[in-house]
Amino acid sequence: MYNKGTIIPGLIIFVLLVTFPLWFNAFSTASDVPKVELPPGGEKQCVAPAAEMRASHMVMLNEWRDEVLRDGKRTAVTVGGKEYRKGLQMACMECHTNKEKFCDSCHLYTSVKPYCWDCHLTPGQAKKETH
Amino acid sequence: MDKQRRKFLKIAGVTALAGIGAPAVVKLTASPVLASSTGKTDAHGVQAEHGSGHGAESAPQGVRLGLLIDMRKLYGHPELLDKATAACNKVHNIPAIDSKKSEIKWIWKTPFANAFTDQTAYHSSKVTKENDFLVLCNHCDEPPCVRVCPTKATYIEKNTGIVSMDYHRCIGCRFCMMGCPYGARSFNWFDPRPYIKELNPDFPTRMRGVVEKCNFCGERLALGQEPACVEAVKEAGAIVFGDLNDPNSEIRQILDKEHTIQRQAALGTKPSVFYIV
Repeated sequence: MYNKGTIIPGLIIFVLLVTFPLWFNAFSTASDVPKVELPPGGEKQCVAPAAEMRASHMVMLNEWRDEVLRDGKRTAVTVGGKEYRKGLQMACMECHTNKEKFCDSCHLYTSVKPYCWDCHLTPGQAKKETH
Repeated sequence: MDKQRRKFLKIAGVTALAGIGAPAVVKLTASPVLASSTGKTDAHGVQAEHGSGHGAESAPQGVRLGLLIDMRKLYGHPELLDKATAACNKVHNIPAIDSKKSEIKWIWKTPFANAFTDQTAYHSSKVTKENDFLVLCNHCDEPPCVRVCPTKATYIEKNTGIVSMDYHRCIGCRFCMMGCPYGARSFNWFDPRPYIKELNPDFPTRMRGVVEKCNFCGERLALGQEPACVEAVKEAGAIVFGDLNDPNSEIRQILDKEHTIQRQAALGTKPSVFYIV
């Protein structure tokens, strides 16, 4: 083989460069799946199993919104003996009180920008006086 | 070759004729049962009757929530009007913006001539001249705002007759503000949050770029409470809230007994807010 001395190191460098995203991710912690903060109040149960909530909480919130606003069905949802009022502020944020450590951690990771908090208040905002 | 062209032209001609003629044939033979304009009723089961006048509302069905404001009990008590407004503002996170153009109003006070623009204010009584009147969204049975909304962000809530808003859906086009003859809608020209004095954690705020209005306290009704304005002036007994379609409700008892007026009834919006002046 001609120019063995340049071709083989060149190939190695090429392969390393091409696979850079793979091994970079393998050694860095930047892309680890975020660990969300469990409810500080110690609640163990949600309106649906964790896997279902993780996958389709946004669908449920939309359904709740339409039921409450369009159909006037504002009655609370009872799961496992506990009543949850339908609403982001009134149900979710009652237990998951820290938006930054719960909602934002995954939303940032998956790069979704929900506009919930343009209007809805986080418990932190609701507590502090704005003026 | 010539023969084929002749045949093609014949077929093309017949097809074109059939295409032009078909709609007329369909129109002539269509069954009238399928036509959409017959047997139409509106959202409240009220038969859409034309020429019956704005005052007559036939065969009401379902719940239609309404408000009766007895101004006789509020004359000389402007503090009660302010109290009702303040209660509403607090419950619904309404910002206090000191500008006529940008202010947000759900329920507010205004002089007689502004509230009842179609009533004469010529040689009106001292009481009428000197007192402000409490005005809010009329939750019309024929709401023009709902008709003009291009996204159905505002709609009649069918179980209560409340003209409601879905702020998630509002695109801020402000057609409804043009449509509403009562000025009952306000636009958020900027983020309202810095202007809210005290936040109610159970109710959202609004965001920049949406229109907002009175919701008859739909969220409080669900909890079995009365609207905030009604509760605020409870001791004066000046505002009565109830179902206009229920002949036994308190509001109907008073409506049957007293002479009441509505704001701009001649427009045919069928307001659900009544006044004793």
